[in-house]
Amino acid sequence: MIAIYKRELKSYFLTPIGYIFCGMYLAVSGITFSYTTLLEQSTESLPTYFLIMIAVFAVLIPLLTMKLFSEDRKSRTEQVLLTSPVSLTGMVMGKYFAALTVFTATFFVNSFNYVLLFQYGSPNVTTIFANILGLFLIGSAFIAIGIFLSALTENQLIAAVTSIGSIAAVLSLKFVIENIGIEWIRVPLKWFSILDRYTPFTQELLDVTSIVYFISLSAVFVFFTVRVYEKRRWS
Amino acid sequence: MIEIMNISKNFGDKKAVSDLSFNVVEGEILGFLGPNGAGKSTTMNIITGYLSASSGTARIDGIDILENPTEAKRRIGFLPEIPPLYPEMTVKEYLGFVYDLKDCRFPREQHLKEICDVVKIGDVYKRMIKNLSKGYRQRVGIAQALIGNPKVLIFDEPTIGLDPKQIIEIRHLIKMLGREHTVVLSTHILPEVQAVCDRIVVINEGKLVANEKTEDLIMAVEGTRKLVAKIVGPEADVLKMLKSTGGVRYAEMLGKRDTDSISYLIESEEKIDVRKSLFYNLSKNGWPLVGLEGMELNLEDIFIRLIDKEKNEQVKKKRGVKQA
Repeated sequence: MIAIYKRELKSYFLTPIGYIFCGMYLAVSGITFSYTTLLEQSTESLPTYFLIMIAVFAVLIPLLTMKLFSEDRKSRTEQVLLTSPVSLTGMVMGKYFAALTVFTATFFVNSFNYVLLFQYGSPNVTTIFANILGLFLIGSAFIAIGIFLSALTENQLIAAVTSIGSIAAVLSLKFVIENIGIEWIRVPLKWFSILDRYTPFTQELLDVTSIVYFISLSAVFVFFTVRVYEKRRWS
Repeated sequence: MIEIMNISKNFGDKKAVSDLSFNVVEGEILGFLGPNGAGKSTTMNIITGYLSASSGTARIDGIDILENPTEAKRRIGFLPEIPPLYPEMTVKEYLGFVYDLKDCRFPREQHLKEICDVVKIGDVYKRMIKNLSKGYRQRVGIAQALIGNPKVLIFDEPTIGLDPKQIIEIRHLIKMLGREHTVVLSTHILPEVQAVCDRIVVINEGKLVANEKTEDLIMAVEGTRKLVAKIVGPEADVLKMLKSTGGVRYAEMLGKRDTDSISYLIESEEKIDVRKSLFYNLSKNGWPLVGLEGMELNLEDIFIRLIDKEKNEQVKKKRGVKQA
């Protein structure tokens, strides 16, 4: 698993993808942050910044995940992985953690933006921390969704487009739910809605249920990815 | 070393491999032959654990590939038809990655250097894989299979797409590797099998057609062996002697090729090698043998004959059942 993790991590910066992801993330985040908080000289629009970043993740995270499995499948390099003494779970986890590391490192660098807020006032630390945690968990879940979809195809572009579409669909669930009058449909859908699960974090709450939900969501899609490979081996 | 027992593999409705069984003993180089779509790659992928069989068992060094895949895979080095290389990496980075992937216990630098020396890629060790020629890529593919010094090496068409010089080099390399490893080699090229392999397994439509020693199989399929001999001596006497040699069914003069030697076509009886008798008879008469070439069948002919033989046997069996 560690060998695969190290290779994938290095591969991000041997190809332009790692630089594009980091650069676009920091640029878009910086501009949005400036417009919503620094230029306003207020932290009132901070929730807007976090919501915009969730939408940005929907586009940027598929850049990180699109090639993880599809490229190996297309170039047949998966044969060296699948015939080596590494378990399928180890292989998938190695790739997942490589993408998560690039995301986390960029996320961490971006966090210096929040320090600037303290130069201009006294923002609520709990609010900022809760939002950061929520945003990080959402990003981790999007990575898991992305690698699952990358494992389904050998075309990077299809992996990226389906990931963006799927994440957008999952996010739009919140708006769909609001227009559903039938209680027995609305309640379970609301339980699954990512944005609804994110709401407690915007309210300064470290909601354990939501934390468990996001970690479980990541685990489920990592598990599905392992299953995709198991199924391919048998079919 | 490798035990394949009643393996079948279905892809949907299509049966890629059907009830296939064979063994490979330790230190043997096995040629795995079959026309395109015969199921060679599927079988190799099952042996290496890349695919799972629908039914049957594959054991490497006594370890079931399904029950204990990690341990079984430690004993296998696999070169697929397309070498699994990452073009953005250097050879050094790639081999280092495979070394880590296989959780190799040998001293890292020394082990990789030894492998590079064996496959002769030392001069491209620090170059990007995407800039290497096909021959070098194939060698890097073989190098990754050798990492961890596995007991079993499986090569799927290792010489495909290479130029004649590279083909000869890779064949020599495989022959050399066969001294210390058990090798399974899939190929379409008959001279390759004859040059390298101890035994041949032929499959067609996923079924075993033949499993014999290389010489025996070729003799069995050819039935008779045709030879062209260049002999210096009186034409009529030589021809008379050739015809009277035990095991020779037919002999004729082909004509003068050199200034003093004459070429003769010699056809032996079924499954008899007349080369030794010929040599002794010519020697006894003081007629120098200056050349001896075998006129052997190509792989396509062998496939056709083996498959026809199998069909004929099936027809006979069916008739036998009906009569009974």
